Amino acid sequence: MLPKEYGTISELSGPLLMVEKTQNVRYDELVEIELASGERRRGRVLEITSDKALVQVFEGTDGIDIKSTKLLFLGKVLTLPVSKDMLGRVFNGRGEPIDDGAPILAEKKLDINGMPMNPFSRDFPSEFIQTGISTIDGMNPMVRGQKLPIFSGSGLPHNRMAAQIARQATVISGHEDFAVVFAAMGITFEEASFFMEDFRKTGAIQRTVMFVNLADDPAIERITTPRIALTAAEYLAFEHDMHVVVILTDLTNYCEALREISAARKEVPGRRGYPGYLYTDLATMYERAGRLKGKSGSITQIPILTMPEDDKTHPIPDLTGYITEGQIILSRTLHRKGIYPPVDVMPSLSRLKDKGIGKGKTREDHADLMNQLFAAYARGKEAKELAVILGEGALTDEDKAFAKFADLFEDQYVRQGEYQNRTFEETLELGWNLLTIIPVKELKRVRDAYIEKYLAPRLKNGERAETVPGKV
Amino acid sequence: MATEKTIRGTIEKISGPLVVAKGMFGASMFDVVRIGDIGLVGEIIELKGDTASIQAYEETSGLMPGEPVVSTGEPLSVELGPGLMEQFYDGVQRPLNLIEDVAKSHFISRGIDVPAIDRKTKWQFTPKVKEGDFVAEGDVLGTVQETVLVEHRVMVPVGTSGKVTKIKEGSFTVEETIAVLEKDGEKKNIAMLQRWPVRKARPVAKRLPPVIPLTTGQRVVDAFFPIAMGGTACVPGPFGSGKTVIQHQLAKWAEAEIVVYVGCGERGNEMTDVLLEFPELEDPRSGQPLMKRTVLIANTSNMPVAAREASIYTAITMAEYYRDMGYSVALMADSTSRWAEALREMSGRLEEMPGEEGYPAYLGTRLASFYERAGRAVVLGNHGREGSVTAIGAVSPPGGDLSEPVSQNTLRVTKVFWGLDANLAYQRHFPAINWLLSYSLYTEKLDEFWDTKFDDEWSSLRIEGMTLLEEEDKLREIVRLVGIDALSKEERMVLETAKSLREDFLHQNAFHEVDTYASMEKQFKMLKTIISFHTLGMEALKKGASMNEVFKLPVRESIARMRYLEEKDIGRIDELEETIRKEINGVIPVGGESDAA
Repeated sequence: MLPKEYGTISELSGPLLMVEKTQNVRYDELVEIELASGERRRGRVLEITSDKALVQVFEGTDGIDIKSTKLLFLGKVLTLPVSKDMLGRVFNGRGEPIDDGAPILAEKKLDINGMPMNPFSRDFPSEFIQTGISTIDGMNPMVRGQKLPIFSGSGLPHNRMAAQIARQATVISGHEDFAVVFAAMGITFEEASFFMEDFRKTGAIQRTVMFVNLADDPAIERITTPRIALTAAEYLAFEHDMHVVVILTDLTNYCEALREISAARKEVPGRRGYPGYLYTDLATMYERAGRLKGKSGSITQIPILTMPEDDKTHPIPDLTGYITEGQIILSRTLHRKGIYPPVDVMPSLSRLKDKGIGKGKTREDHADLMNQLFAAYARGKEAKELAVILGEGALTDEDKAFAKFADLFEDQYVRQGEYQNRTFEETLELGWNLLTIIPVKELKRVRDAYIEKYLAPRLKNGERAETVPGKV
Repeated sequence: MATEKTIRGTIEKISGPLVVAKGMFGASMFDVVRIGDIGLVGEIIELKGDTASIQAYEETSGLMPGEPVVSTGEPLSVELGPGLMEQFYDGVQRPLNLIEDVAKSHFISRGIDVPAIDRKTKWQFTPKVKEGDFVAEGDVLGTVQETVLVEHRVMVPVGTSGKVTKIKEGSFTVEETIAVLEKDGEKKNIAMLQRWPVRKARPVAKRLPPVIPLTTGQRVVDAFFPIAMGGTACVPGPFGSGKTVIQHQLAKWAEAEIVVYVGCGERGNEMTDVLLEFPELEDPRSGQPLMKRTVLIANTSNMPVAAREASIYTAITMAEYYRDMGYSVALMADSTSRWAEALREMSGRLEEMPGEEGYPAYLGTRLASFYERAGRAVVLGNHGREGSVTAIGAVSPPGGDLSEPVSQNTLRVTKVFWGLDANLAYQRHFPAINWLLSYSLYTEKLDEFWDTKFDDEWSSLRIEGMTLLEEEDKLREIVRLVGIDALSKEERMVLETAKSLREDFLHQNAFHEVDTYASMEKQFKMLKTIISFHTLGMEALKKGASMNEVFKLPVRESIARMRYLEEKDIGRIDELEETIRKEINGVIPVGGESDAA
């Protein structure tokens, strides 16, 4: 049966249009729209009744008129032609090449919505990824198949950090067929070209697929961009056994586009005008990270979002945090102090850290050391706050030691160069060195054996005596 | 089954998971329907004349108006019988491993129809009644060893009774007849497989008050905010505060005989983690893998939203079924907020008038009726068996703000509140249960239980511990304003002990092989030791001992390491008492009392 052409648009509103007298239209079907000028756009069916269809136009509705625009229902959902040749190429937010290269000869055409991974078929992420950044490797270790977002704010160096991770990420064990899928949603030309330049300069472009929707591209296109990127990532990971790191930036723009559609549909809004299904919608993207049983490839996601007013309780970071496996939070205070990367260690968290570290993966003492550094840094910061109110004199000797620790921790452990790639051993050693500042009896999070093995050699003799008596 | 003619309608409208169908006159609310040519499963949630609104349990992409909708004439039900244990289901009780087999893919495709309980497995059935016996609903006809840990009691289905005219022994599949009952001349074949509509609570003979503790091996819970068998609890907290770890810990170590764990709209990797970890973990009581007493239900956040709504009911129905056998069942739901969001999404699509924050006005009622299905009861049937369902729901309040509707409605019906605190989590104090915010309405009842059954010092120790923690909070306020020097020696001692309580008792490392679980005996000994140090330290200070000397006694390090003592070595905690006494006496100046200024 030939697809039927309709000229029966009855209503245009925001990114949506309503078509009447439709027949045999399927839910979620792809639509081709031909404008009077001959321009072709694409859309997707959002809602159908027996004789009406509501269509979301990816490129937006400007220039569409009710009289002469024609619609063609294509009888299939939106698919992405995929091929291994996509590596090294740049596409627009709809998946069309924009780098003047040859068109992609599709090995396959895949539904961009994907299908939910069966939790039974998942393999648990447990391979440590070394990013070369101490605050991640030492304090919030990332593993293959994890989704770990960067919560940032306007003006913070999240892009530099994401590029550094993309550049440096390696696994200590396993094969090294590595790819980066990069999806830009509504970022500026400047930001996009920073990534492109950086990838070109370091040669990373050869293993990168870029999908770019810039700030002046149609907002509605952003709804499809991350899904297209993830479809490409799934193809590379699970059909070509590659380890794929997907960088999605900036999710805040994505959510705003989603809100725009929801408002145009006059849906009942949830918090701050975002649709009630924002959580589910985000989950359908974030949950596409992971590993599968019997496949050696993996998808690791690093979504980046700028928190409006640095507010972590804003719906976008809030719902993201509930879905992703942790978060890396950047701090404006550290940034002001000139510390790069300004990772706010306290509220940052990698939920899968315990699975990726320890004996055989990194080192036996990693977990204990990490917990101890957290606890000590927390106490140090508390002591410093106290000192601000009451003056240094009010601190106990221990508190003074902790305060000193907190300062050095920020200066030596958190701070590192943009091109400085620390191995995880270097990071761990640095941690132990810093712990020598603190009296041994305060180190409650570390097993005695590790204190003996790793800390004792760094201490002067006098200090050692303290660990010995009173062991249970 | 459907004896009248089947109700067949046609699709009128599709909007996400909502399908509206015409020509459905005669269908009932909550009937299960098959939608479209591929036969997606859905449930009627609204009826207007002959138009039915249906929530689809699968992705509706590709459906078309005009396709058929067929009612099955039955409400959404689960299958009950041997074979539930160790299973891993989706929200509408489809085994996820079978979905993988049928779909031949790692991804969940649509329209897959697989039986919830395997039809081929033969179970060894041992009868417990004789021919000629009269049996009523809930009576145990016989037993099947479902797993090494679970004896499955095959019960007379609810609403059935009569004289046993035939009872078999041997190996049967769940569909084969194992008994024949006769009532008023009518014979009825009974098989092990039963069905029950998920939205209807299974009846019990008599409900009992929850007065028996459900120990969890988690110190902050058992000692300060205990939960009773058949009780309800909620764990609200912002993300990253450790809700899921607490739920996992409870699922692992709670003293329940059966655990039903629902991952409702949560992360796929978390469920995989449970699935991989539970068969490896040993139950501290039986030494068998924990999975042998566990049913898992996963409807992750990216799986269809309507099935997420159903998953909670699927879970509690299974929990009730095992309760009816006379077991104590613990149900963990992570997270009820996602369930409420599914309600909200469907409500929005139905264009209902929203209540607070877009949630439907009936949110509170639905939550209440869910938690009300928990409880301890004398179940139907002979021998007056007692069973319980303890429901523990995680809540994920946006931004950690408890004033939102899901938290508030949950707090109204649950009796235990474990309030998670992001600040504690940042300091890596886990479980991040804030001791000043949380409460348990079972504390007094359970104090009675422990004092009589265990040690009569228990409740006084608990109260003293809590008082110290509360006092610490006040003192810390003072320190913040005027500095530590403003405190007296005694007040400093309170701070020290409270710190020890926090760091050495309340803090518990879920990932440490020993610390992850503490028996009640160990908890008691630990708490007793910390309080003894406080009492003796206070006395010493009064007798003129120097503060620094008391605080720096070597025994304090042993106190800090009590938690790492294995259960077999906990006797050594008792020896500490003597050490404390000795060391403290050592720092009291000679002729002490005179210079106690």
